[in-house]
Amino acid sequence: MTEASRQWPLWEVFIRSKNGLDHKHCGSVHAPDARMALQNARDVYTRRMEGVSIWVVRADHIVASDPDAKPEMFDPAEDKIYRHPTFYTLPDEVNHM
Amino acid sequence: MTSATKTLPAHLDYVLRIADTSLILGQRLAEWCGHGPVIEEDIALTNIALDLVGQARLMLTHAGALEGQGRDEDQLAFLRREPEFRNLTIVELPNGDFGRTILRNFLVAAWQRELYQALAKSSDTELAAIAAKSLKETRYHVQHASDWVIRLGDGTEESHRRMQAAVDVLWPYTAEFFSATPTDDVAVATSVGPAWPSLEPAWTAAVTPVLEVATLKVPARTPFLTRGKLGMHSEHFGHLLAEMQYLQRAYPGGTW
Repeated sequence: MTEASRQWPLWEVFIRSKNGLDHKHCGSVHAPDARMALQNARDVYTRRMEGVSIWVVRADHIVASDPDAKPEMFDPAEDKIYRHPTFYTLPDEVNHM
Repeated sequence: MTSATKTLPAHLDYVLRIADTSLILGQRLAEWCGHGPVIEEDIALTNIALDLVGQARLMLTHAGALEGQGRDEDQLAFLRREPEFRNLTIVELPNGDFGRTILRNFLVAAWQRELYQALAKSSDTELAAIAAKSLKETRYHVQHASDWVIRLGDGTEESHRRMQAAVDVLWPYTAEFFSATPTDDVAVATSVGPAWPSLEPAWTAAVTPVLEVATLKVPARTPFLTRGKLGMHSEHFGHLLAEMQYLQRAYPGGTW
């Protein structure tokens, strides 16, 4: 067996810090299955009251965009500042926008 | 060591047994720090160790108040001698391999869970409050350990062999969880807590199914009975205390 195949699979860990907020990616753990991945994520990433909910997902189940495709994927948004909601005049009574 | 053990007031004795069992298991588990089989498990074991030390701190502070001699948690943890400790013998045994460590966590945590649940009704409201807080932690310890007991017991030939060996070694020490003592009688009479013998059926009902799924065989009970909770400890305990108490003995009153 090679060293790589003896390693437990990698799981990405997402934690929701408070009810109402989103789960955010916070790191990864190794684990042989989903149950232990959750347990390991709990032990590694919620020791300091970081969360109220955990998602784990096998790292190889995540479909990621190709870093080489960055120019066509993301650059076209660069000169479309009119897509930002910054062109409205807000009444003075509206604070904190 | 019999001559050196001293009879304590039952209420204090009862609380010290619980406090010391958490403290010494916490100390043993802390030995895994940096030695876990994988980083995630290394952290899990030390998390559990810290939970147990946290329980011990609260319980020892309470014991100090019951004793009424002005001793705090540190003085009780670090300046008592062997026969003054009231922990169950099983927690002072060396860790052995990961399987044995996990099996001990399982057997002890399942027992603590029954005890802490029963202590919710204690006439000692401080003890009841500490037990309620500890119960949540303990439920997780049971879950964590059960998971591993099943994986390893019902795992490979090698892991099964090691787990069965751990059961054979540790099982006889669980008799002490449930042996009757005068302290238990007083605790019941004063509603401080349950008599420990009364916890056996619930404990057995909790651990048996897990061991069965793990394909592990429990040896028959024998007359073997340890007496750590009476202050009579194994040969391993002095070495543990030497390491645990070194700093306070060398630098009395040292803080950080």
